[in-house]
Amino acid sequence: MPQHIMIVGGGVGGTIVANLLARHLEPQDAKVTLIESTGKHAYMPGWLYLPFNHEGLESDQIIRDERGLLNRHVQHIRGTVTGIDTQNRELRVHYSPGFDEIAGTGGAVEATYSYDYLVLATGARLAPEDLGGLSEANGAGGWHHFYSAEAALQLRQALQSFEGGRIVITVGGIPYRCPPAPLEFTFLLDEWLAKHDLRSKTEIQYLFPLPRVFPIESVAEAVTPLLDERHIGYTVFFNTESVDTEKKIISSLEGEEIPYDLLVLVPPHRGARVIEDAGLGDEQGWISTDRNTLEVKGQQGVYALGDATDLPVSKSGSAAHFEAKVVAARILAKIRGEELKADEGTYDGEVMCFLETGYNKATQLVFNYEHPPRPPRPSLYYHMEKQLFNRAYWHIVPQGLV
Amino acid sequence: MSKLNEITIDKEIDARGSFCPGPLMELIRGIKTLPVGGVLVVLSSDPGSAKDIPAWIQKARHEFIGAFPEQGYTRFVARKTH
Repeated sequence: MPQHIMIVGGGVGGTIVANLLARHLEPQDAKVTLIESTGKHAYMPGWLYLPFNHEGLESDQIIRDERGLLNRHVQHIRGTVTGIDTQNRELRVHYSPGFDEIAGTGGAVEATYSYDYLVLATGARLAPEDLGGLSEANGAGGWHHFYSAEAALQLRQALQSFEGGRIVITVGGIPYRCPPAPLEFTFLLDEWLAKHDLRSKTEIQYLFPLPRVFPIESVAEAVTPLLDERHIGYTVFFNTESVDTEKKIISSLEGEEIPYDLLVLVPPHRGARVIEDAGLGDEQGWISTDRNTLEVKGQQGVYALGDATDLPVSKSGSAAHFEAKVVAARILAKIRGEELKADEGTYDGEVMCFLETGYNKATQLVFNYEHPPRPPRPSLYYHMEKQLFNRAYWHIVPQGLV
Repeated sequence: MSKLNEITIDKEIDARGSFCPGPLMELIRGIKTLPVGGVLVVLSSDPGSAKDIPAWIQKARHEFIGAFPEQGYTRFVARKTH
């Protein structure tokens, strides 16, 4: 009887796990199923550039069909997981509209699936309602963000009608995906405003929760002179408490109030709803996960990776990418009844990412649990490498080729 | 400084090896999700935490209970006061 591995989530982590398992296991030994609700795979790092470029919502650099990225042996179910029963090893799935017809479920819109191994790659969701004053949709009261393709396009429109004033950039809660993104956005915004003859009419203020502009001291030391050089103002120790979108004022829990004309605020994040409903998450819905084995604590044969976990690593595609290889190696070894090889099956906190600093320059951060990053001086080289990666992603990353 | 074994811990976060987002981010996240009066412990192996964590707690007007060195890391203990 083949073992059944179910993977929940069609982002970078879930897709790589599914493809690696399908490639390395014979169909008679294991069945690999991936469940996700939209049928689409988003390249989220591309959203950062949308406010400043001309790509459309349907650009194939931003979004593609998930099926086309999956190994043909992966069973792909489009649906929402409405229940996780780890006692009986079952998932309850409500099919996405139209999926029942494609799959020929005989009219059924719900089903229960049994699994032997479960991989939770359920990601993060935006929870603006967690911040006082942000319950309304973005765009209202001058509040924007770039943490969805649609929001990034609205921000593009807001910038195109912007005539000068104060732009404030910050985060609405901790943790949030891709810690460098607000800083990168700030640098790209400075460049964009200069190119559109708006820089002299605009004050840019970057607000950050920590005592410096970036979590890692060496990175903060490298980028603070760039902020000074470009006359970008910054306030540290600013933990957003609320936003008054009528008066256009943002307040911190440290007691500061800053007025804005345009606010670019990364909404608070939470884990997926199904994780909270299944009682598998902490107060914010993040899954309690072993930092090395990526097993969900207190469960057998259940793994978590990517943004969904409570690990103290950046919520990023890069972390999910490294973690996916560990999860796949562990499940493969179990199914084959083999010992794990010494060089696989343990996550050491690896992350590799870029930080765009504007004007066609970037730096690179490579680190793990043992070694902090030593970012090189921002240069054209790392910017080009990032641009190349943005294109190459679709051909090498989801497939698990790198 | 209080003795660690006399304090009831409400939440412990293992941020050892965390560079990004880092132990201070983990502490702020932990404080935000605790009820007022709750005690949080953050384990950090980052030498910068000795300066960062007390500085943020003072700025945010919570109570810094202490830093307790262990083998290769430090336990930072804080109480949420408002």
